[in-house]
Amino acid sequence: MQKAGRYGEFGGQYVPETLMNAVHELETAYEKYSRDPEFRAELRRLYRGYANRPSMLYYAKRMTEDLGGAKIYLKREDLNHTGAHKINNVLGQILLAQRMGKKRIIAETGAGQHGVAAATAAAVFGMECEIFMGVKDMERQSLNVYRMKLLGAKVTGVESGTGTLKDAVNEAMRDWASNVESTYYLIGSTMGPHPYPMIVRDFQKVIGQEIRSQLEEREGRLPDCIVACVGGGSNAMGAFYEFIPEKSVRLVGAEAAGKGVDTALHAATITKGSTGIFHGMKSLFLQNDEGQIMPVYSISAGLDYPGIGPEHAQLAKTGRAQYVPVTDEEAVRAFEYLSRMEGIIPAIESAHAVAAAMRIAPEMRRDQILVINISGRGDKDVASIAKYRGVKLNEPD
Amino acid sequence: MNRIDRKFAALKEQGEKALIPFVTAGDPDLETTEKLVPAMLGAGADLVEIGVPFSDPVAEGPVIQKASRRALDSGTTLVKIFGMVRRLREKTDEPLLLMMYLNSIFRFGTERFCSLCEETGVDGVIVPDMPYEERGEIQGAADRHGVVPIRMVAPTSHERIQMIASSAKGFLYCVSSTGVTGMRSRFTTDFSGFFGAVRKYAKVPCAVGFGISNPEQAGKMAAYCDGAIVGSAIVKIVEREGRNAVPAVASFVRSLKAGVTGAPGSAPNG
Repeated sequence: MQKAGRYGEFGGQYVPETLMNAVHELETAYEKYSRDPEFRAELRRLYRGYANRPSMLYYAKRMTEDLGGAKIYLKREDLNHTGAHKINNVLGQILLAQRMGKKRIIAETGAGQHGVAAATAAAVFGMECEIFMGVKDMERQSLNVYRMKLLGAKVTGVESGTGTLKDAVNEAMRDWASNVESTYYLIGSTMGPHPYPMIVRDFQKVIGQEIRSQLEEREGRLPDCIVACVGGGSNAMGAFYEFIPEKSVRLVGAEAAGKGVDTALHAATITKGSTGIFHGMKSLFLQNDEGQIMPVYSISAGLDYPGIGPEHAQLAKTGRAQYVPVTDEEAVRAFEYLSRMEGIIPAIESAHAVAAAMRIAPEMRRDQILVINISGRGDKDVASIAKYRGVKLNEPD
Repeated sequence: MNRIDRKFAALKEQGEKALIPFVTAGDPDLETTEKLVPAMLGAGADLVEIGVPFSDPVAEGPVIQKASRRALDSGTTLVKIFGMVRRLREKTDEPLLLMMYLNSIFRFGTERFCSLCEETGVDGVIVPDMPYEERGEIQGAADRHGVVPIRMVAPTSHERIQMIASSAKGFLYCVSSTGVTGMRSRFTTDFSGFFGAVRKYAKVPCAVGFGISNPEQAGKMAAYCDGAIVGSAIVKIVEREGRNAVPAVASFVRSLKAGVTGAPGSAPNG
């Protein structure tokens, strides 16, 4: 039998001794509350009444006709409260934190979507909240920084290392080790030490469950392909998990290839990474021969992470899911394409999935169905895409 | 008997406590580290911890984080560190330990790593992100090559102390307080409770580390166990003095040794 917290060789609990009892307590609490009918009912109420679930499954008619292949549906996680799938996980974990009697939550954020979601949940539950964010990401995503502050969170800039998501995780783990008794570390993706990859996946798997029932209702069948972007991997795991046993459903993850996987500027962990142990887990990482974690790059601050959740590493190893690289340029084109074609401005992260789907759909038959998980909305990215395209925007005084 | 056991046995016989200083290898360059290690041993250090720089040292506070960065920028690699240890071994028979993150071992190859430890004379390895449950990552290779993985307990270990302490080899690394490495002006840990539990189960000597920044603290903390580990306070001197850090570090180490020597109590059971 597979050991708890292991996905093949991947996963595990590689944290300092100071945190071992904290991860064990979390395991125990999750075990208990994930089966507690009252807990589950409260989470369902929050999903429905606060997060706006179920999210719509939208038939992208013009895109389908334009690409001339599979029938394309968009899973509209961008319509959730706070504008991304991140809220699903955050509501689940904040309930858990509350049940565990924690008064303060901390979280890391890259693009700021998880930070905004965490700050939101902390506001609803009246908890103290501190968000760690790389200084480079704060610059790229200043709107989300302000949003978090508006929600009452303290945003701490992380200057060490590359000033991006991995450094924010480092700093959050350091804070957790310092304040382990009072603080709940609300990890935003399917990564970190066990039980986080499992917990985050479980709180995100509602995405795939809804896809199944919505498609069943509309088409009376399963999808043939699901495409989602992967950074740490939470929206993809949420969309995939329900379909892992359904071998007819092809699962495709879109990784950030930045300027190209043959350059030094990318974040394509599965395509180019190797097995390592970092951030509490054994998984695939972009690293050098000495095991030093490499700086990564992507136009998308949300995919700009040198690792991948351990369950994705295993899905890649067994071939159950395929992971394809998507460059900045392809993602920006897809961002523009979906905006014009369907009137939906996707997050630049989600645009990576749209780009991968644009390659795959034309090769599929018209009677086949492809679902793209639109993990977030693109308002936060408009300014940086304008800049990428050389368009100057006037800032109001 | 390995060098670590021999050292603690000798200290016990003399009724002395161990002083275990830490430096980051390659900060600001390996030539300096190669001078610092013997200088610290000459100034009264009993064992020396050599930090292997890592890009993302999650258990470290800002001082050692910055030292890691400087060491990587100066081109420090594990192979070069083994080369340095090999040269140091021609000069000293005192115990030398590597403190490093698991990924550095894993990526280097666990067997190759432990075999080079044996060959060059590294006695033990401290891996802060390898908790007891994940010890299997290196245990087999470490045993084959006579390298001692040093176990760690923390004030948050509670009921885990028995399991960890009772199987510890070499010495038991007692983390003084929650949080990361780095100097602290005060400690909130209930030391008598913590060390009471530790001493109940540990069959090997215990040394305390994390946050010890001066001889007085070193003495106070060492009073609870068999030795004190001092890292950031030494690295801070290296940060300030750079390549000329040897005299200042040696003099600080001398004062730390005096601090632990003045500590009340003696070695375990004796």
